[in-house]
Amino acid sequence: MSSHLLSLAIWVPILGALLVFVAGSERRATARWLALAVALAGLLVTIPLFTGFDRTQAGMQFVELSPWVGAFRINYFLGVDGISMLFILLNSFITVLVVLAGWQVIEEKQAQYMGAFLIMSGLMNGIFSALDGILFYVFFEASLIPMYLIIGIWGGPNRVYAALKFFLYTLLGSLLMLVAFIYLYLQSHTFNLLEWHQLRLDFIPQLLIFIAFLLSFAVKVPMWPVHTWLPDAHVEAPTGGSVVLAAIALKLGAYGFVRFSLPIVPDAAHYAAPMMIGLSLIAIIYIGFVAIVQADMKKLVAYSSVSHMGFVTLGFFIFNTLGVEGALVQMISHGFVSGAMFLCIGVMYDRVHSRQIADYGGVVNTMPKFAALFLFFAMANSGLPATSGFVGEFMVIMGAVRFNFWTGFAAAITLILGAAYTLWMYKRVVFGAVANDHVAEMSDINAREFLVLGLLAVAVLAMGLYPFPFTDVMHASVDNLLRHVATSKLL
Amino acid sequence: MLNQFVAPDLYPAAPEIFLLAMACVILFVDLLASQRRWITPFLSVASLVGAALLTVLTASEFSVLTFSNTYINDALSSFLKLLTYLSVATALIYGRGYLRERNLDKGEYYLLALFATLGMMVMISANHFLVMYLGIELLSLSLYAMVAMDRESVRATEAAMKYFVLGALASGLLLYGMSMVYGATGSLEISVVAQALEQGAVNKTVLVFGLVFLVSGIAFKLGVVPFHMWIPDVYHGAPTSVTLFIGSAPKLAGYALAIRFLVSGLLDLAVHWQTMLLILAVFSIVLGNLAAIAQTNIKRMLAYSTISHMGFMLLALTAGVQGGNTTLAFPAYITALYYVVAYVLMALASFGMIILLSRKGFEAEELEDFKGLNKRSPWFALMMLILMFSLAGIPFFIGFWAKFAVLTVVVASGKVAVAVFAVIMSLIGAFYYLRVVKCMYFDSPRDMTPIQAGADLRILLSINSLAVALLGVFPQKVIFLCQYVLVRTF
Repeated sequence: MSSHLLSLAIWVPILGALLVFVAGSERRATARWLALAVALAGLLVTIPLFTGFDRTQAGMQFVELSPWVGAFRINYFLGVDGISMLFILLNSFITVLVVLAGWQVIEEKQAQYMGAFLIMSGLMNGIFSALDGILFYVFFEASLIPMYLIIGIWGGPNRVYAALKFFLYTLLGSLLMLVAFIYLYLQSHTFNLLEWHQLRLDFIPQLLIFIAFLLSFAVKVPMWPVHTWLPDAHVEAPTGGSVVLAAIALKLGAYGFVRFSLPIVPDAAHYAAPMMIGLSLIAIIYIGFVAIVQADMKKLVAYSSVSHMGFVTLGFFIFNTLGVEGALVQMISHGFVSGAMFLCIGVMYDRVHSRQIADYGGVVNTMPKFAALFLFFAMANSGLPATSGFVGEFMVIMGAVRFNFWTGFAAAITLILGAAYTLWMYKRVVFGAVANDHVAEMSDINAREFLVLGLLAVAVLAMGLYPFPFTDVMHASVDNLLRHVATSKLL
Repeated sequence: MLNQFVAPDLYPAAPEIFLLAMACVILFVDLLASQRRWITPFLSVASLVGAALLTVLTASEFSVLTFSNTYINDALSSFLKLLTYLSVATALIYGRGYLRERNLDKGEYYLLALFATLGMMVMISANHFLVMYLGIELLSLSLYAMVAMDRESVRATEAAMKYFVLGALASGLLLYGMSMVYGATGSLEISVVAQALEQGAVNKTVLVFGLVFLVSGIAFKLGVVPFHMWIPDVYHGAPTSVTLFIGSAPKLAGYALAIRFLVSGLLDLAVHWQTMLLILAVFSIVLGNLAAIAQTNIKRMLAYSTISHMGFMLLALTAGVQGGNTTLAFPAYITALYYVVAYVLMALASFGMIILLSRKGFEAEELEDFKGLNKRSPWFALMMLILMFSLAGIPFFIGFWAKFAVLTVVVASGKVAVAVFAVIMSLIGAFYYLRVVKCMYFDSPRDMTPIQAGADLRILLSINSLAVALLGVFPQKVIFLCQYVLVRTF
């Protein structure tokens, strides 16, 4: 079956971005309408991926294969399964919202801003659909460039430091992954990911490859203790940057575990599982406490992201269907919820130009509509049933209890912690009397902002009430993955 | 005796003869037409084009020897010569406006450039140690004079002196090494030396002793640690157009030097020279990357970056032979060739950017001069962004593939630890390339003076930078070309 949907999902935003650069450099209005059109086109071409997806199949679909660099047998090899397809959809959806969110607030070089996000979106679609090691790597590393620029050009006061830290941290991991890929290539004479899944390796090479992958993906997730770049990057990035980072970029690391670490080196993954579970629990609990004491709203949500992503890694390394599927649901849900949280903070920041919790109070008096939506997302962030945040966390906790009661128990502490830090922040920011003149001058959200947050609210609610379409799509692929993980690949 | 004399076949050396003749013609034309300043550069580039045509015409399927087997015309020489013309012509066009604004656009500059080119061509086609030496000297002497072109500049004069003294020392080392090779094998003809080694009737101790000096000489010409001392000073002190010249085409000749001596001549000693090169490479990568961090002058920074890049290139050469097993030889030398080609392309454009931002009475050679370039000229900021990320080895640019190819052969040769070390160093390297991007994009400009540069420079520089990007998206063709050339040659 030959289809070019995945190529379109990658290249429509990227080529569209070039158009935005060229046509929009003079006039802001042209730049943003064009960017919106490109983002919508990008979303449109991904919809057939969902509707045309064969749920019963575990293998790759919408496959495209053509030689790219013959000298190294590198192919332009794309395809999605039930796991990666959802992220492409999520990514294209979030991109539309990000373009809308940057509509008015970005005053400087808007064409470049929009273009950078579109390129980022295309590259991330590439990461999720690449089935060739080097193709994956190329997208993975190239996506650092637009993010570096987004943080550095449109970020806050400490943006240069944050941008550099983000870039170098991520590069360190990915370079070691490159060496691991080359090693795998020399063993298997191919960069084909699906063949790597069948490759047999000794334990020591497996372990070294696992470590190389771990460094790369753990930084991206980010796992404790290599998470320190995230709060910096989030705080300094413009709203759109934070949203893309939280909603999509963090998923790359977790996706890497599913696509590379678990199936390629399953024996090493099993061997390292206790350590991974330990690190995940530290992220969930310790970082949860760290989040409580934050005075900066963005930092608080950033730490809560680390904590939530701890759930994802926990879900993967307990190796049962419930855990893995829960982790995947959690990834998508976190994409919606954390994106929404950053957008809410952005809405307030645009009006008051402060992210400090202490600078707010009584926002509900001036922005009732906004307060309602914000409350909804805060509830989702703390895992309230009927929101998407609950589904994933609950599945992972169930999976963890099945794996080991105390692991599940420890993970469940997050339900208390999540509620504590999110709702306490919400209380201080939104409730009470109007704190100062700035808050008194705040105007409620306009139609554009309402649209952005409303769309996300619908997604969060839909996924919370009826998660079946999501889990149904991924079910066959997850089973297939777990079969791979369960078989030893030792020589 | 007389009847044994056979007139040498001049045909394989036609491009060299043509270029020499043209250089002499230009010498006269320049004297006569000193009022029309465009004539000399125009004729220089035209002669390079002519030489390119002749090179294509005289290119042959097989290796052709002439001048009593001291001169060779093979696929590698044709390929490298064509690239040399291209790189020299680009450097001349980039530098024209720069030289004119500083009253340095004398005919001598172009003549020296042509003689330097001739020297590189001789190096590329040498099949004899002494012919190689002649080429090196012709190249070096021209470069010494070019560095000192700006007589008023103390820095340039100092750089030229330093370059000359150290260069003379390196030539001495090379000659000494050659004398050892001659002593051990009884010949200086590269293929005869190789045969003698194969037959095994040679004194290896003497040869290895000589090899140390040869490798030192090669290392000096490539500028790798610990023979790199001249690089930062010369790159910094020379007029930027000369830096551009030194930083590009001579690297191609340097590759030819290494390949002809070490691979064509002394492949049987690979175990020995690979170890030496490995040490040189590792130290170059460390020192080049670490020292570049401390630089505020972009010419110096790029000089140190050159050192680390040449280290990477040498790393590829160390992967060729493992204990008598030569299966990796082709991939390794192809990779090194690809690396040099990619590097020359990037170096040309990045020094070209410095020239672009400079104007009359102003040298844009400090890192600070790149501040806010995105506000002054988004297009050229983007071009520089491409170049910096490419030099840092980030995809989708050609620098990534070069680095990737080197890592692949290094891992294939079993040196995983070296590969890991190299990538960690290139992480450090990424820092200073990112700093340039930071200056261009994150900082405010110091002055908003529009870029004053000729259309020729702007267009060529854009093509050059876009080539770095496009050859990164479609790397297959160049890799294939390098492969084809080396397979045809050996």
